[in-house]
Amino acid sequence: MALTAADIKQIAHLARLNIAEHDIPLYTEQLSRIVDFVEQMNAVPIDFSTLISASDEPNTPLRADTVTEIDQRELLQSIAPHTAAGLYLVPSVLDDKTPKDIDYVE
Amino acid sequence: MNWETVIGLEVHVQLATKSKIFSGAPTAFGAEPNTQACAIDLGFPGVLPVLNREAVNMAIKLGLGIQASIEKKSVFARKNYFYPDLPKGYQITQHDLPIVKGGHLDILLEDNSIKRINITRAHLEEDAGKSLHDTFPGSSGIDLNRAGTPLLEIVSEPDMRSAKEAVSYLKALHSLVRFLEICDGNMQEGSFRCDANVSIKRPGDTKLGTRAELKNINSFRFVEHAINHEIQRQIDILESGGKISQETRLYDPDKDETRSMRSKEDANDYRYFPDPDLLPLTLTDKQIQEIKSTLPELPQEKHQRFLDQYHLSAYDATVLMSSRALADYFESVVAIVSNDHAKLASNWVAGELAAALNKDNIDITDSRISANTLGQLVLRIADNTLSSKTAKTLFEALWLDGGDVDQLIEAKGLKQVTDTKAIQALVQKIIDDNPAQVADYRSGKDKLFGFFVGQAMKESGGKLNPQQLNDVLLETLNQNR
Amino acid sequence: MWNKTVAELSRALQNKAISSVELTTLFLARIKQHDHKINSFITVTDELALNQALDADKKIATGQAHPLTGIPIAHKDIFCTKGVKTTCGSKMLDNFTSPYDATVVEHFKAAGMVMVGKTNMDEFAMGSSNENSFYGPVKNPWDLERVPGGSSGGSAAAVAASFAPASTGTDTGGSIRQPAALSGISGIKPTYGRVSRYGMIAFASSLDQGGLFAKTAEDLGLLLNVMAGHDARDSTSIDEPVPNYTATLNQPIKGLRIGLPKEFFNPNLDSKMAAVIETAVKEYEKQGATLHEISLPNSALAIPAYYVIAPAECSSNLARFDGVRFGHRCKDPVDLEDLYKRSRSEGFGKEVIRRIMIGTFALSSGYYNAHYLKAAQIRHLIRDDFHRAFNEVDVIMGPTTPGPAFKLGERTNDPISMYLSDIYTIAVNLAELPALSIPAGFIDNLPVGLQLIGNRFDEVRLLNMAHRYQQCTDWHLNIPGDF
Repeated sequence: MALTAADIKQIAHLARLNIAEHDIPLYTEQLSRIVDFVEQMNAVPIDFSTLISASDEPNTPLRADTVTEIDQRELLQSIAPHTAAGLYLVPSVLDDKTPKDIDYVE
Repeated sequence: MNWETVIGLEVHVQLATKSKIFSGAPTAFGAEPNTQACAIDLGFPGVLPVLNREAVNMAIKLGLGIQASIEKKSVFARKNYFYPDLPKGYQITQHDLPIVKGGHLDILLEDNSIKRINITRAHLEEDAGKSLHDTFPGSSGIDLNRAGTPLLEIVSEPDMRSAKEAVSYLKALHSLVRFLEICDGNMQEGSFRCDANVSIKRPGDTKLGTRAELKNINSFRFVEHAINHEIQRQIDILESGGKISQETRLYDPDKDETRSMRSKEDANDYRYFPDPDLLPLTLTDKQIQEIKSTLPELPQEKHQRFLDQYHLSAYDATVLMSSRALADYFESVVAIVSNDHAKLASNWVAGELAAALNKDNIDITDSRISANTLGQLVLRIADNTLSSKTAKTLFEALWLDGGDVDQLIEAKGLKQVTDTKAIQALVQKIIDDNPAQVADYRSGKDKLFGFFVGQAMKESGGKLNPQQLNDVLLETLNQNR
Repeated sequence: MWNKTVAELSRALQNKAISSVELTTLFLARIKQHDHKINSFITVTDELALNQALDADKKIATGQAHPLTGIPIAHKDIFCTKGVKTTCGSKMLDNFTSPYDATVVEHFKAAGMVMVGKTNMDEFAMGSSNENSFYGPVKNPWDLERVPGGSSGGSAAAVAASFAPASTGTDTGGSIRQPAALSGISGIKPTYGRVSRYGMIAFASSLDQGGLFAKTAEDLGLLLNVMAGHDARDSTSIDEPVPNYTATLNQPIKGLRIGLPKEFFNPNLDSKMAAVIETAVKEYEKQGATLHEISLPNSALAIPAYYVIAPAECSSNLARFDGVRFGHRCKDPVDLEDLYKRSRSEGFGKEVIRRIMIGTFALSSGYYNAHYLKAAQIRHLIRDDFHRAFNEVDVIMGPTTPGPAFKLGERTNDPISMYLSDIYTIAVNLAELPALSIPAGFIDNLPVGLQLIGNRFDEVRLLNMAHRYQQCTDWHLNIPGDF
């Protein structure tokens, strides 16, 4: 399949990458070729009834609920690019529309 | 015009484990920023997650508590998006295959009827960190102490029809998770958080309307405000010929309004795929049975037993079960007064005691009146030593200053008068003092009976046995009728 | 001393023929003298190495030493090393000093081995030529105009040039076996889950496996004895007892069945390569093994499936590099999006960006089923192919690479031709099997390798067969002339 420049821009945005305008044709061409290459796979029909290995997945191990980590903030933040008062600093994520005590996960 | 509201809730319950879901860092609330975020929580290069057994056990408990299916195989996936409070650039969460499927929760409506709310699923995931905005102008400070705290996200079916129902469901779920001891339920600290999907439609329409997702509604009061506000917003739009757009809206408690967070164009593509760092979580019947055996009694089972064993109403049972401690307290009282007086015990626990606890903002576990003392009090009502009025007086005294039930009855002279001669003497005095009323009554004004009862009770300080007083009054007044 | 094997050095240290400090000094001097020619190290840890060597000598003196105590080793710069710069070959981590040790680094430390440095690699292990490093390409010690293979090119070249008797590597699609073959040394990728991934910076988590380079199969066995084992910090680590990998090295191989996949020996295989493999296989026949043609019918699908799964996982694994908690952060970001986009675009090289883009696309809504899910299904087909094959044979053999080392720059503008250089190695990762590559001859004066693929947890047999081969051939004893 042929990807478009718009596809490339959308993918780059999802991945939080800047792709220079002059590089977009190259990425479009290379990614299209790679996608064509990987889509060879779709020529193969798969009969699940004959699969042997699909059923023998191991189980994820479980650990005991005990606290094993000590506070290493000083060490871990010693290599952080930008911290203050123990916090990692980023450009404000607040826009003027966001209430201050916002607390949720996506 | 008539509109019907359709509400489904997504509740994020922080599980009360000691350590995080995928690391050995502590989960305690309120620590200095980033002192409880280890290399794994921070997503350092090379670190790997290992699943906390207790988080899994707690998810199973919830599943058992809502009579859901506990899935033998569940899979952790990565939900990919960039945000500073999400250190790895993805959240580990269960997507296609959650650990709990189905189930239901019965809620008490305002008219004391019971409604069943179906639950779609509950899945395990990790919490994100927090962004703080006030300290550094132009910057947000990121505290990742909360990152990796185990969450159970419980998703209901769109079965609720009003903000009040949503609050009832939320309260029932809140009480359940505390009952199961899988969450401390502290809403201010974010241990129990709610998002609501709200839409409206014409009654009878089978198709649901376009919904808005409300986030950040983290108190029972906010839930009701936010939903009602949202319902009105949607009605206003539709009635002025507009269209509802599917969007996420954030509740601002300061301004009591919801605001659009992001438009559809900016919709995230989360690129879910199974987390290759974790294998599927498989559970056996034996493991599930083992968890079940650690639960003293499932809430729904206890509820049924309260109906069967104590002949309580569904309403009474539901109220008593609002917390495990309250239910335990009630059963301790019944142990003293016997099953025959369970209903009376229920009235006192759910009534006078609950009101007093509520008024003084005290938890049942810190009650100023022990279950034993309240049991003695109920016994004295049951054997007619106390009238309901004197019992209330005694309860107040016990609540304030404590003491022994029988000693206080003696000391305060609260014993109910059951001597028929004494009652007859008092009744005669009332009749003698109120000849006009007696004449009126005897000429047919039956309603005046209550007047005589009141006078007698007033005279005696409420200590007369009401039934006996009735009998004597009737007999005496009707003599010359 | 510098051209000795780990086994020989172990004896020399135990006999006090040399001290660890002397040995370490010798290798550090060789690195200083020669590494400018091939650029195989990103960081040389002189001071740390000499301190570790001193400790090792004390242990040896008091008779508390492990057989590997005092022997120098180089770690691929993908393994986190506490207090030491760990870059993964990327500008993104140029300023990253790891706060902790990878489990395998801990294992080698506990055995008393001496770390001489961190080796160069393709950025985030993405590449087959070691041309994708922020620290410049590594050159093949056999021909400085050629690549050493990748992604563990620095580790392979360092052992080939005798800068260390052994080194660690990682193999996601051939990143140990291919550079081992092209650099003329031995390299093993163990069964997925045999070696802990904790502290090994992830490229594609379901495929990545740590492993080793050394001159001989015996050395690989000695080192794997220390490296392998269950790790409770890695959920994909497998809790199986670790056998003694050197106990059965000499066991006769008479009667063992060797499978030759017909898909590997098709007319496209270079005739010189075919001749090398044929000769090697004959050697086994001489020792009493039997040859059987087998079929791995889905092996042609391995590369396309790999180039969906690996980029998909990498696109997610590399999301943590966002300029917030560690690593490169752009100057003066105007807003959050700018912080993310500039930090990542400045910190990552071209190939990494290309793979993140492919992976992001493969996982995006609308393409997930056709790409990621399909690739996962093909992975099952490939596993099944091997499963059936190992019902018929004990080990599978073939070439490690289609040909010898190619020239620097030859394939950099053609990602697909680069991807095809892993055609014989990738299926093994998808099937999670152990495999090793040993030197089996030369084509145009450049080394090439024989690949041995084993059943799950059958490293013991692979090492046994490789060792038997090395007992009666001397390809592995060749050393590049300039070093």
